[in-house]
Amino acid sequence: MSDVKKFMYVNRKAPYGTIYALESLEVVLISAAFDQDVSLAFVDDGVYQIMKGTKTDGIGMKNFSPVYNALGDYDITKLYVEQESLDERGLTLDDLMDIKYEDEDDDWAEKPSIKVVSRKEMADVMDQQDVLMSF
Amino acid sequence: MSMLHTINKSPFEKTSFEACLNHVNGDSSILMIEDGVYGAMKGTAFSEKVAATNGVALYILGPDMQARGISEDRLIDGVKVVDYAGFVDLVTEHDKVQAWL
Amino acid sequence: MPIEVNGKTLETDEEGYLANLNEWEPDVATVMAKEDDLELTDEHWDIINFLREYYEEFQIAPAVRVLTKAVGKRMGKDKGNSKYLYSLFPYGPGKQACKYAGLPKPTGCV
Repeated sequence: MSDVKKFMYVNRKAPYGTIYALESLEVVLISAAFDQDVSLAFVDDGVYQIMKGTKTDGIGMKNFSPVYNALGDYDITKLYVEQESLDERGLTLDDLMDIKYEDEDDDWAEKPSIKVVSRKEMADVMDQQDVLMSF
Repeated sequence: MSMLHTINKSPFEKTSFEACLNHVNGDSSILMIEDGVYGAMKGTAFSEKVAATNGVALYILGPDMQARGISEDRLIDGVKVVDYAGFVDLVTEHDKVQAWL
Repeated sequence: MPIEVNGKTLETDEEGYLANLNEWEPDVATVMAKEDDLELTDEHWDIINFLREYYEEFQIAPAVRVLTKAVGKRMGKDKGNSKYLYSLFPYGPGKQACKYAGLPKPTGCV
């Protein structure tokens, strides 16, 4: 277990306007194949990435929101969302997708993946990581 | 001379939206597209600045709004939703266009 | 190389994955399997159908590890292991089964 590193992917950009959100998601899914301890942070405009009710037919782009629901299957169960970033944008937890994972060690009980944390707590979580990648 | 301003950047990431607001006058219209649509939401740290543009007509591109999960009831009062045809109409109705990037 | 299915010519990429996901029909899998000298059984179809449902819901082709776990949960531990899945799809359950199912190459497959 000692070679398992803590990886955090920090998402700070809105989806669709730029390619960052989708690229981050791809890298996250690929990294999951290496059995590391992966978590995601949603900070600043990154919180827009996991808003619910997205409908992309009108802009001719693939809607990648459903992919966030698959993260649990890839053992990615820690999605940290910054409270202050939500507040600045007039958003609450209710505006976000209900992303869950099934806990294999708890008879596949569904548990929420999203953890809303303060800016201070986010800094602490970042501090505990071995590797951080920012998108 | 009437001017249509288009803005495609989130007001929280770049200063483009604020620069746009600082350069509109009464004859102007603002059309929020792409990541600019986040500027149309009420109850944000930026909404008051947008709402303070008295007399300026505010528009938002519907397909970009829907792609980002923003429903109409979340918009600042007075913001009108247009489709792509409405975008074209706005361009023809104004004398010129300034695209803020 | 394009493939011929029920009189229609379907484009594929250089690795044989269907270029247009919407063109899939069950016979696509049958034709692709035939080229690999493989006869599709109900057990193969269980996996192919599962992959299509997974893609429909999550918009990605699952990695092998995810597929294995999900099959185990749905169809029992005796099927949720790579030995069983490789016995069905000798070229790799992720790559081969996804190809038959008309999905893109699984994300995270190199």
